Parts: sequence; structure tokens; C-alpha cells
Amino acid sequence: MKRLTTLLLVTVTAVGLTACGSSTDASTATQASTVSVQDPWVKAADSGMTAAFGTFRNAADRDVTIVSATTDGVAGRVELHEMATDEDGQMVMRQKKGGIVVPAGKTHTLEPGGDHIMLMDLTRPVEPGQDVRVTIRFSDDSTMSFTAPARSFSGAEEDYQGGTDHGDMDHGDTGEHADHGDHG
Amino acid sequence: MGEPRRGLSRRALLTSGSVGAAGVVVGAAGASAVAHEPPAADPGTRTVAFRGAHQAGVVTPPQDHGLLVAYDLRDGVDADALRRLFAIWTDDVERLTAGRAGLADTEPELALRPSGLTVTLAVGPGAVEAAGVAVPSWLGPLPDFTVDRLEDRWSGGDLLLQICSDDELVVSHALRLLTKEARTFTTVRWVQRGFRGPLGRDRTPRNLMGQVDGTANPRPADHDALVWRSATTTPDGPAWLDGGTTMVVRRIRMELDTWDEVDRTARERTIGRRLDDGRPLTGGRLEDDPDLDALDANGLEVIDPFAHVRRARTKDRRQRILRRPYNYDDPPPAGELTDAGLVFVSFQADLEAQFVPLQRRLAELDLLNQWTTPIGSAVFAVLPGARRGEQLGQSLLT
Repeated sequence: MKRLTTLLLVTVTAVGLTACGSSTDASTATQASTVSVQDPWVKAADSGMTAAFGTFRNAADRDVTIVSATTDGVAGRVELHEMATDEDGQMVMRQKKGGIVVPAGKTHTLEPGGDHIMLMDLTRPVEPGQDVRVTIRFSDDSTMSFTAPARSFSGAEEDYQGGTDHGDMDHGDTGEHADHGDHG
Repeated sequence: MGEPRRGLSRRALLTSGSVGAAGVVVGAAGASAVAHEPPAADPGTRTVAFRGAHQAGVVTPPQDHGLLVAYDLRDGVDADALRRLFAIWTDDVERLTAGRAGLADTEPELALRPSGLTVTLAVGPGAVEAAGVAVPSWLGPLPDFTVDRLEDRWSGGDLLLQICSDDELVVSHALRLLTKEARTFTTVRWVQRGFRGPLGRDRTPRNLMGQVDGTANPRPADHDALVWRSATTTPDGPAWLDGGTTMVVRRIRMELDTWDEVDRTARERTIGRRLDDGRPLTGGRLEDDPDLDALDANGLEVIDPFAHVRRARTKDRRQRILRRPYNYDDPPPAGELTDAGLVFVSFQADLEAQFVPLQRRLAELDLLNQWTTPIGSAVFAVLPGARRGEQLGQSLLT
């Protein structure tokens, strides 16, 4: 059982490229140096847009703010998005004004149906099992990078077009990828 | 295409897997929180190590539930695609066997009690070919045996996962996650589910014919010589399979309705063992070898010339295999009483030297053949284990 805990810690340190000590001096440390990411992943997609997710942990005693993100060329444009209820009571996806805040000493999870890093204008397919390199920039201009492996995922249909009762339109999925034929 | 679409409907949100990553993390944290105060000997939290020179699930004592799923590769899957698929599976298997949710697991809570979960990856000829590597001559259909009545729906396959756990719900969750993460690479060819009784004190289970089964399995001290491939056991290679083994999967239907007509004495004669405790008819303990030369008062052999134990046995100690079978008992076709039998699984370093001669003797003459029919057959190469920092299948794909 001790092993479970150890594994989790290993994951954090292996994936987080920054220090994650608990008593960082916020006055001198950059925001990036106090943040680590656990279990980042990106939804596989043939074209158009997709999203990256993961859990960010802030070890410092002051909030940090992610203000922008880039990829290693796979996305022509990257935005930080949130899901919110608009004035008509509809859930909408929109740019998150002011960026994504990771509170002091806490975690903030980017997930389907919640905040996420939106990858748009894909320059090539993001295939399942491929790694996407993501770099995020904080409000103090510091940056951190992490590797997000791609996974087939039916949810997170941000470009949902309506017209099905089952939510199985899979626009962003690689299920129809020409490379993989049409055995179905 | 470029603009994010406003007005995502509620329904879309509901179907968008809103548990998602949050659930993954919460779930994983939950597992470690539970770990601080485990209930005494809670079997649900038992884990079997994934990392190592050999894959788990081969010499691992069999869990209560076993499932075999064979996949076919989609057209166009090449070495690079296989590498990506094996990266996904390596990550998922490492997480699931440790009691943690998969990376994009939509039911993370189902991962928290692995109950001894193991997932074992093996390749058929199609995957080796896709990797651009020469297919070993033995990796393909077995020679035809006269007793075979093989059906396509239980035979062959490019890839195989063996998923075993003491909790059947865990098996189903692992199957679902691993299959859907592989869906752009594979289609499902067949699935075979099986079960075993809890291991008794003698650790020898019974099959649905009531027989004690698996008595003569190699002991741990023999595994290096009989199970694992190495420069010693299989000097001719291929080197990518060192640390792995060969796997035979046979679906063997039991004709339980005609078996019912056989009395106890005849049943014991068929096998050469006592039904009550599995001891040889020539006496001794369960684990003792039967005395194949013993004669009764009339000068006849105590162990019938065609008894299963005699046909399965040879003086060549190399011709032994590690059996790891599961029973199946499926809904019968209309008008029939049962559809039951054995998902026979065996591991052996050298398929042609260990398994084939043994199976040939049994197929030629074995009293048991009257009540058993092989209806499925497949051969796979179980890849070596993944050590820390390695991925499953790495040796095949370099």
C-alpha cells in the first residue's frame, strides 16, 4: 500500500519538470518553479481542434495564473477555455478571461467538461499514443513544459454539432482516420 | 473549423464524460488515502507487480477470473502505430495493476480495488509482421490434430491480452479501458471468459468434469528451464522474445451430457487418478507420479494404456508445460443443456519441443477425447516484461 503512494509521488516528480517543494519563497521563485503537473493528456483528433487536460499543483503560498499556452507546432492557435452557463442558461465554452488560476497550496484540474487548454487549427493529426509537447506561460512570464500523451476519448466534444441522441459523433476522434482503414 | 463553437448543449455536456480527469486524480488520491489504513487483509487492494524481466500473469498463481481477448490489427497499422499502441497499453496496465485509474479513464472508481489484477500482452503472427520482423515458424496455427473441430470465431488473432483478477468487475473494467484505447488500431476478434474455484489448500483446482486439474505443473524452480525463453532454453532466438514465452490458447468443449453416462470407476480409469483427492490410481500422494508399470491382480496395467495421465506423460522431462486454464460455462444454444468446457492456456519456452509432441500423443489416443472437443486454437508469443522506463514490446520494435 505504501507502494501506491510512492507511485503517485514518482508520477508527480517524473512529469513535473519543476521543483515542487512545499515551502518555496514566493518573493523570488517564479510561478513556473512552484507548479507541477500530474497525468497530463490530450484528446486524439484528426483535424480541427482538440484539448489538453491535466492536474496542476501549486506548491507556493500565493496563487499562480496560467495566461497562455503553446504546443510544439501541432496547434496553430492555443486558447485557455472554460465551460460556463450563459445568460440563457446554456452551457457554453468560452475563453477564460484572466487566465486559469491555480490557488496557493492547491491543485486545479483541467478536464473534459471543465477548464481546458484548447488546441486549434491543428496542423497535423494528433494520433493516439503520440506525445504532444505543451508549454504554458504564467502571469510573471515564466514558463513550464510537459508532455501530454494522446488518447482516444469519446467525450470532450467541444465542436459538437447537435443532431444525435447519443453524443457519438466523434468529430475530433481518429476513429475514422484514413490510415487505419475501415474495418468497423 | 477554427472557431470554438458556442452553445454546447446540455446533452452534449452530459455525454462528454464530465467525470474525466478530475475523477482520475481524485480516484488515484483516494487509493493512496485508503492505503494508509487498509482494512486487515482486504483482498481488494492486493496488487501484483507489473514491472520486471518477465510479464506478470504467466507464473503468477491464477486469479479467480480470467479473460482472454484477441484483436485483429486494422489495415495500415505499422511498427510506428504498434509502438504507440504499446505505449498506451503499458501506461494503462501499469496504472490499473497498481490500483490507479487509467489516464483517460471514464470510470476511475472501478480501478481502485485491483484484487490481484494482471494484464499480459502477447503477439500473434500478424503483429510481428506489422512490426517488420521475421515471424518465427512456430508462431501460427498448430499442426492439425485429429480431434480438432476448430471454429474461426475462437481461433487466431494478431494480438492478445490476458486479463486476470479475483474480482470479475475489475476484469471487465480493464477490458473496456484497454479495448477502447486501442480502437483506432484494432478490432476485437474474440473474447473468452473463464473462472476457477478458489485455490484449496493443495492449490490444485478442479474442472467442470469434477477432475483435479493442473497437478503436474512445473514448480517455480523449473520456470527458468521450462517457461522462460533465454539463451539457454531457446538459443536460436529470436532475441526479441528472450524473457518472454510461448502461449497456447485452446477452447475445449466438454461433452458433459455424455460424461453423465460414465460411472465413477470408468471416470477414474479415463484419467488414471482418483476423483476424490486426485491421487494416482497406483497410490501415493497427489503430487506423486503415477506408477505406469504397476499391474493389478489379473496382470493388467492399473493405469490404462490410453489413460490421460499416461498419454500426457513422458520420460522426457523437457516435455512439460505450465498450464493456466480457466473453466467456461456459457449460455447454451437453443435446445441444448450446457455449453461448458475449458479455456486451456499453457505457457512453454519452446512450443515445438514441449507442447506439440505432448498434444500429438493426446490427440492420437486419450480416453478423455471421447468427452472433450477442441473448438478453438491460437498461438501467441508473450513479450518479455517491461522494466522501469521500458515499454511492453520494446524489444520487438527496435
